[in-house]
Amino acid sequence: METIARIRELLEAAFGLEIVIADEQSVLQPALTVAKEALPQVCLFLRDHQETYFDFLSCISAVDDGVTAGTFTVVYHLASIPYNQQLTLKVIVQNDRQLDNLPVIPTVSEVWRTAEWHEREAFDLVGIYFEGHRDLRRILLPDDWEGYPLRKDYKEAEAYHGIAIK
Amino acid sequence: MPAVANNLYQEAQRAHEARLESIAAEEMIINMGPQHPSTHGVLRLQLITDGEIVKEVIPHLGYLHRCFEKHAESMNYGKTIPFTDRMDYLASMNNSHAFVMGVERMLGIDKQIPKRVEYIRVLVCELNRIASHLIAIGTYGIDIGAFTPFMWCFRDREHIMNMLEWASGSRMLYNYIWVGGLFYDLPVGFEERCIEFIRYFKPKLIELDELLTENQIFISRTANIGMLPADVAINYGCSGPMLRASGIKWDLRRADGYSVYPELEFDIPVGKGQAGRLGDCWDRFKVRVDEVRESVRIIEQCLALLTKELKRTADFDPRALVPKKVNLKAQDYYVRAENPKGELGFYFVTQEKTDIPKRVKARGPSFNNLSVLPELAKGVLIADLVAILGSIDIVLGEVDR
Repeated sequence: METIARIRELLEAAFGLEIVIADEQSVLQPALTVAKEALPQVCLFLRDHQETYFDFLSCISAVDDGVTAGTFTVVYHLASIPYNQQLTLKVIVQNDRQLDNLPVIPTVSEVWRTAEWHEREAFDLVGIYFEGHRDLRRILLPDDWEGYPLRKDYKEAEAYHGIAIK
Repeated sequence: MPAVANNLYQEAQRAHEARLESIAAEEMIINMGPQHPSTHGVLRLQLITDGEIVKEVIPHLGYLHRCFEKHAESMNYGKTIPFTDRMDYLASMNNSHAFVMGVERMLGIDKQIPKRVEYIRVLVCELNRIASHLIAIGTYGIDIGAFTPFMWCFRDREHIMNMLEWASGSRMLYNYIWVGGLFYDLPVGFEERCIEFIRYFKPKLIELDELLTENQIFISRTANIGMLPADVAINYGCSGPMLRASGIKWDLRRADGYSVYPELEFDIPVGKGQAGRLGDCWDRFKVRVDEVRESVRIIEQCLALLTKELKRTADFDPRALVPKKVNLKAQDYYVRAENPKGELGFYFVTQEKTDIPKRVKARGPSFNNLSVLPELAKGVLIADLVAILGSIDIVLGEVDR
């Protein structure tokens, strides 16, 4: 098991030089930013490669980068039980913040089933659309809730089904 | 439905509704919860049943959603600690420990925390772990139909609650572990009372074993039920006793070696399939019982140190390192710790010049452990579903956050 530089090498050898967009090495927790198109393949590769074995997906966090930034980041925290290693993957996606045009990212729920509920939560609260997810319903909020509360420009609703909630 | 949203986003919801409408003639939809005692809180399960057989389980969450992540974005780190207490409200100490560790590591003060503070943290966390497991064990008994273990567990848990109340001033939601230190030092006489409790508690644990663990009726209801293979457990992100019962020796207290856990001696119990097959309900139960024993060992070691080398001194100030304002540079960090239920994680995205985070994501172990239920519950009897759900040991405060 090698460092993040080695993982980058492995990924570039398998998917080409464009796969890793950026890496943060001098920070507390090193992270790789990867191209979103090949995300499921990258994840499958990292899960099954004998040098990495990232078999455990700890967490998926969707982050709204702010109204002016025009991007959303989805962060995948991977862990490898055989090697006791951690890896952070980031995917950054451009978006115009319109509610009928959510940022789209391919699902990794076929790689780790953990992602199924985590992606539903990211869809529910931040409004990220995971392409290929088999059951992308809201999970924590009611089915007919409007808007995505963890977005920075979210306006709290005045009422829900005629009940004042403010 | 909102008028603006893309049709695509309602597709799954419509497919779900269509699935429920198109059930076969012999199938029936049964709602279990959200006010069902065996769902351990406000969890609603939609069961598609064929007679007594559960064909499919569709969990519906969110009845206890209290917007933890939204709250955390509106206040500073210290003020968020009481909110973390309310996530897994049966193990508040462990929650705040994980949260505080993350902030301390980002501040770079995690190596400077005094040993006494660290040992007190581990002591109260392990006490809380015992309390949490006692609830898991007791309520599991009641799910299966054994009432006495429940009363015994609550009786013993009450001693822990009283002790932690003495230390923190609150029965369940402590706000005791702070960024950089503790709310207060332990009250004078706490260590002695704790030693007394351990002396009282050890024989009770043997009694509990005789009453429940080796009880033939209990074994018949739990062994060979709800087997969770290790690969499925890992793939679904199960952690804690759930994962260990499937035979994987994975405990973050050892794997990450955070706080003072590397200095302490304890074993990691794993499931062995003694009563039935590996990873069944009985194994999950047994791992919890064994973990209580390991926690008792850890507490004994902590107490030995806290009453000798790390004895309280008049000038000891547990708040010495507590920062007036948490000044962080813009960064992100994921911290994980071993809660009674499994891996609790917090992902922080901080921002410059303010002590209010940009994003805090909480990864609750119960949330992930529960997600495997539809897989486990395929084709079981309704009565066994109760046994399986109980063995997962969920706390809805943490599932819904």
